[in-house]
Amino acid sequence: MHLSMALLLSALLFGVGVYGVLARRNAIALLMAVELMLNAANLDLVAFDAWFKDTLHAGQVFALFVVVVAAAEVGVGLAIVLAVFRLRETVAVDELRQLADVDPVVRVDADS
Amino acid sequence: MTLADVVFGLLGIVCLAAAILVVTARHVIHAALWLVVCFGALAGCYLVLTAELVAWVQVLIYIGAVVVLMLFGAMLTRAPVGAVQELDSGNRPVAAVAGLATAGVLGTLVVAAFRGAYVDIHHTSIGDGKVIGTSLFRFFVLPFEVASVLLLAALVGAIVLTRREA
Amino acid sequence: MTHAAWLLPALPALAAVLGLFAGTRVAGGPAVPALAGTGVAFVVSLLLLGAVEGSPATVHESAVAWTPIGGQTLHVGTRVDGLVAVVAVMVCVVALLVQVYSTAYMAGDPRYSVYAAEVSLFTAAMLLVVVASNLFELLVGWELMGLCSYLLVGHYWQTEGARAAAVKAFVTTRFGDAAFLIGIFVVGGHAGSFEIGDVVRSPGSHGAVLTAGAVLLLGGVIGKSAQFPLHVWLPDAMAGPTPISALIHAATMVAAGIFVVARLYPVFLAAPVALTVLGIIACITMLGAALVALAEDDLKRVLAWSTVSQLAYMAAGLAVRGWTAGIYHLLTHAAFKALLFLAAGSVLRTVGTNLMSEMGGLRRAMPVTFVTALVGAAALAGLPPFAGAFSKDGILDAAHERGGALGTAVYAVGLATVLVTAAYVTRMVVRTFLGDYRGNAQTRLHESPLVMTAPLVLLATAAVGLGLPVLPDGWGVARWLDAPLGTTELHVAAGGVALSTGLVLLAGAAVYALWRRNPAADPVAVLGRARRPLAAAFGVDAFYDRAIVRPLHALARGVLRVDDGGLDAAVEGSGATASGLGGGLRRLQNGNVQAYASGLVIAVLALVIGVSLAVAR
Repeated sequence: MHLSMALLLSALLFGVGVYGVLARRNAIALLMAVELMLNAANLDLVAFDAWFKDTLHAGQVFALFVVVVAAAEVGVGLAIVLAVFRLRETVAVDELRQLADVDPVVRVDADS
Repeated sequence: MTLADVVFGLLGIVCLAAAILVVTARHVIHAALWLVVCFGALAGCYLVLTAELVAWVQVLIYIGAVVVLMLFGAMLTRAPVGAVQELDSGNRPVAAVAGLATAGVLGTLVVAAFRGAYVDIHHTSIGDGKVIGTSLFRFFVLPFEVASVLLLAALVGAIVLTRREA
Repeated sequence: MTHAAWLLPALPALAAVLGLFAGTRVAGGPAVPALAGTGVAFVVSLLLLGAVEGSPATVHESAVAWTPIGGQTLHVGTRVDGLVAVVAVMVCVVALLVQVYSTAYMAGDPRYSVYAAEVSLFTAAMLLVVVASNLFELLVGWELMGLCSYLLVGHYWQTEGARAAAVKAFVTTRFGDAAFLIGIFVVGGHAGSFEIGDVVRSPGSHGAVLTAGAVLLLGGVIGKSAQFPLHVWLPDAMAGPTPISALIHAATMVAAGIFVVARLYPVFLAAPVALTVLGIIACITMLGAALVALAEDDLKRVLAWSTVSQLAYMAAGLAVRGWTAGIYHLLTHAAFKALLFLAAGSVLRTVGTNLMSEMGGLRRAMPVTFVTALVGAAALAGLPPFAGAFSKDGILDAAHERGGALGTAVYAVGLATVLVTAAYVTRMVVRTFLGDYRGNAQTRLHESPLVMTAPLVLLATAAVGLGLPVLPDGWGVARWLDAPLGTTELHVAAGGVALSTGLVLLAGAAVYALWRRNPAADPVAVLGRARRPLAAAFGVDAFYDRAIVRPLHALARGVLRVDDGGLDAAVEGSGATASGLGGGLRRLQNGNVQAYASGLVIAVLALVIGVSLAVAR
């Protein structure tokens, strides 16, 4: 079969995953989009493995490792989301703004 | 245009459609379920590419564990059961541009680079359990062990993070 | 002995330093170092006078090489001749008497120690001007005097009037001093040396440069000696304590300008244009100031305007080559003007007000003051045998002998001024001492203490005794003063004396008669509407205010606005701009992680596309 089909599918999946990461408000939904991106990479690995006819099957082995890492990441990620939910009562990522740099409050000094 | 091409193409369409639905669904639970469909189609794609073990691991781990975990997470965080209008943030236009651009760039790149490449699925060694297992435990033992340590760390970390102070 | 002339400025300076830092800790108070310093300086000056007696032309110079400047070496030293010795004695006498007088006048002033130290410093500066052998040395003393004048006029700095007067005095004389400085450069450069001896011996080739230098020097003279147009500071300087008006603004500082002209006379002789300019200015000032004195109600201001007028007399004398006459008038004026100021101080202290309209009839309560003031007034008016008569007639005689346009002008204006002088002197005497007391009935009228009346008596004796040097041979002025070549000897003709005495008696009698008609009113009120321009000093002050002071204030305000609004705003604006830019950039950090990630992704994509397009080319 044509390698470019698999690669094209992978690229499109990745793009959809990027959209999801940047657009979704719910943290769980955001994690789902991250999983899409990881799966796109996995598909690439497996496709190239098949194309190279690799005897070690390094591509497929590392696809497995990616699955492992993704699982671990989802576990920890959800733990974080739960912790945040306990603290802030919300999982909407655009309501978590502690990273923001606020304008300094102008003190009315007896200056100049 | 072989049979493999056709099957792969159909599975690819299903996968892509499900993925788009994942990121645009209004219900979180619906999104999770569409994710199941996407992962399933991907497992099919792997099968076409003769990666047996990876396909079944995909079903087992991704659909069986990850999505279930996400559903649990959604319930524990009291995800709104009904349709929520504000499931998408105001960043949608920029995100759409970024997503389209990413897909475009990557797509153009791979198609331009591998236009004539052909995967010969009939003459490649099938990635079944025996082959992958041998490769894994013979040549990739160290990454395997490291991965298990990673899993342990993730396990411990998740528990610590979600512990309530006594 | 003449080698010890450096003691003259050194001793009062030492007294000033001691008085400033240890004045209150010395037994007897701050007056002790002041009196001691000035007293010893007086003794030294007498010894100097004795040393030069009989040979006034001999110059005793001693100098020490101090520092090289440019191609020359700057020397510091003293140069003593007859003129120097005589003026030094005059300065020391007046300074000592003023210090003695001040111990009573300024008793109770919490800042007396500073005052005494400043007076000592002033005395040192004036003596430095007198004995200086080098033009720059003279300049140092000159400027120090200006500083001391500022400090002393502003002694009552709690009052707005004193503050303003001090600044006005300083700034006005500064105008003159600027010209003076450039004049020194020009004259010294032209003569090839800044030593006074060299400048006087050979001032350099006659011509435009020398004339320019001489005229510039005149600038300083006009400023310090309060001649038109820089006369405006002297009447206002009366805001200072009366003893220093006697010292600075009658006898010494204002005379320093005249002294400098006399000292550097060969320079002026070589530049006749400068002498003509001096003469014209002197004529204007002489008569103008006398007329204003006629209309003033403040006793001290009358004396101030009188000083301006009399200084003009001295300047006029020098302008018509009556060198000896001019210096002689300087000496007699020091005596009778200091006397009049100190007498005025005595009156002021008792009565509590400067205004003559609130005085009157004081001759019964203050007899000593009255008699001494009368002597001073007679000397000022020019009645023989008082000293002022002979010195004034000497000047008029020199003018008459000079002839020409300048000489005739000086002679005519001089005679007119004699009339007006006698008029305002009589007016002053009758309004202050005669008639009935017009002031507050509660005031206790009494004579001043001995410490104050003794100097008055001494000065009155001098005002009479100084008439004697007019006598030729033996007592003659030629004993101490050596007139430079090209000047007229002091000569007093009987006819001239008779003429001016007649004018004095005429004016005096007229004013007295007017007063008798209405003892409570001002005799000069008879002038009616003509009185107003006189009282306003011919509007010179108002003109300066409109033409110079207000534009300068507006300019200063404008500069302040540019500085505040322009420069300061630019500096602060750069800070505000930086903050603003930072604030603008800060909006990027809105805390929304998806925004950050979007930026990241788009930037990476842009880079990838950009690089691949560039590489593909």
